[in-house]
Amino acid sequence: MTDKFQSESNLAFPGEVHPSPTGGVLVSKLDDVINWARSNSLWPLVFGTSCCAIEMMSAASAKYDWSRFGFEVARATPRQADLIIIAGTIVNKMAPVLKRLYDQMADPKYVIAMGACATSGGPFFYNTYSVVKGADHVIPVDVYIAGCPPRPEALLHAMITLQEKIKSGLTREQIRSQKPEQSF
Amino acid sequence: MSLTNDLIKQRLTDKFGEQVSAFSESYGMLSFEAPKEINLKVMQFLYDDAELRFQFLTDLTAVHYPDQQGRELAVVYHLHNLVDNIRIRFKVFTGISQPDVFTATRLYESANWMERETFDFYGVNFVGHPNLKRILNVDEMDYFPMRKEYPLEDQTRRDKDDEMFGRGGSVW
Repeated sequence: MTDKFQSESNLAFPGEVHPSPTGGVLVSKLDDVINWARSNSLWPLVFGTSCCAIEMMSAASAKYDWSRFGFEVARATPRQADLIIIAGTIVNKMAPVLKRLYDQMADPKYVIAMGACATSGGPFFYNTYSVVKGADHVIPVDVYIAGCPPRPEALLHAMITLQEKIKSGLTREQIRSQKPEQSF
Repeated sequence: MSLTNDLIKQRLTDKFGEQVSAFSESYGMLSFEAPKEINLKVMQFLYDDAELRFQFLTDLTAVHYPDQQGRELAVVYHLHNLVDNIRIRFKVFTGISQPDVFTATRLYESANWMERETFDFYGVNFVGHPNLKRILNVDEMDYFPMRKEYPLEDQTRRDKDDEMFGRGGSVW
């Protein structure tokens, strides 16, 4: 039992178990436990603007099944979502909508930029009159995925990376409160 | 007796004489042009005539010909006769300094959004349109992106060569 909880892996429950004759006492930090809980129940927003969304749907389907990692409760409203996966091209006309959706999400909130378009504009980087060259011009991004479009495995890897990021440290709001001079 | 391109051409020249011109057939589709002042008269005739019955507007777009002085913009209408299943292409030309063309929204409901799109990308001013504003691009845009006023992509670029994608290319 102690071995299980004291594993080196980032995915294990945080804290250490002190054995006692009747079982054991778990000593942990509340912040770590909260981060652990948050990371294992990320509700993604139903949001897709182009072909990356097809791969995102595939990742949700039975074959890849992102519910294995706690992502199954896709929400069609930003008020109930923790995570926005920017699955597709963001055009200038979509940018204010994306910003509004992000602002409507409750804290803590996380962003994955899926694929070349959301990361940098991708194939539309040159000679465009309509495409935002990277969604991070509009909202802050936690994890970037390469690919055009990325395979569902890549999306799952990004989601697990995000989980580890959440478990390994502070939330963005906590970091921001420690650095008052930070400009966004 | 089914409707043929020759018959359509005959009916148009009988009605409008010299004003309809530049008849051609590409891949079997009849194409012609008329002065922009009578675009609605021509389409009304095509719509109302008991034989022609072009009552469906399939497509409406524009073409920019920067070298044609005084007739830089062509507005192209694709009309469909759903009874005889025949399509025709109708063009009107306008100068780019005052690109005013009468709207077809009174005749075809589908012209509404397509004229907004044509205005959005080519700046054709459809006179009488009920809601002529940008439809796809941001409202703040102050130019018409599909006009040939912008340089083409650098033809010496090498990073898009097929060789970079593992399927042949020019470097062989």
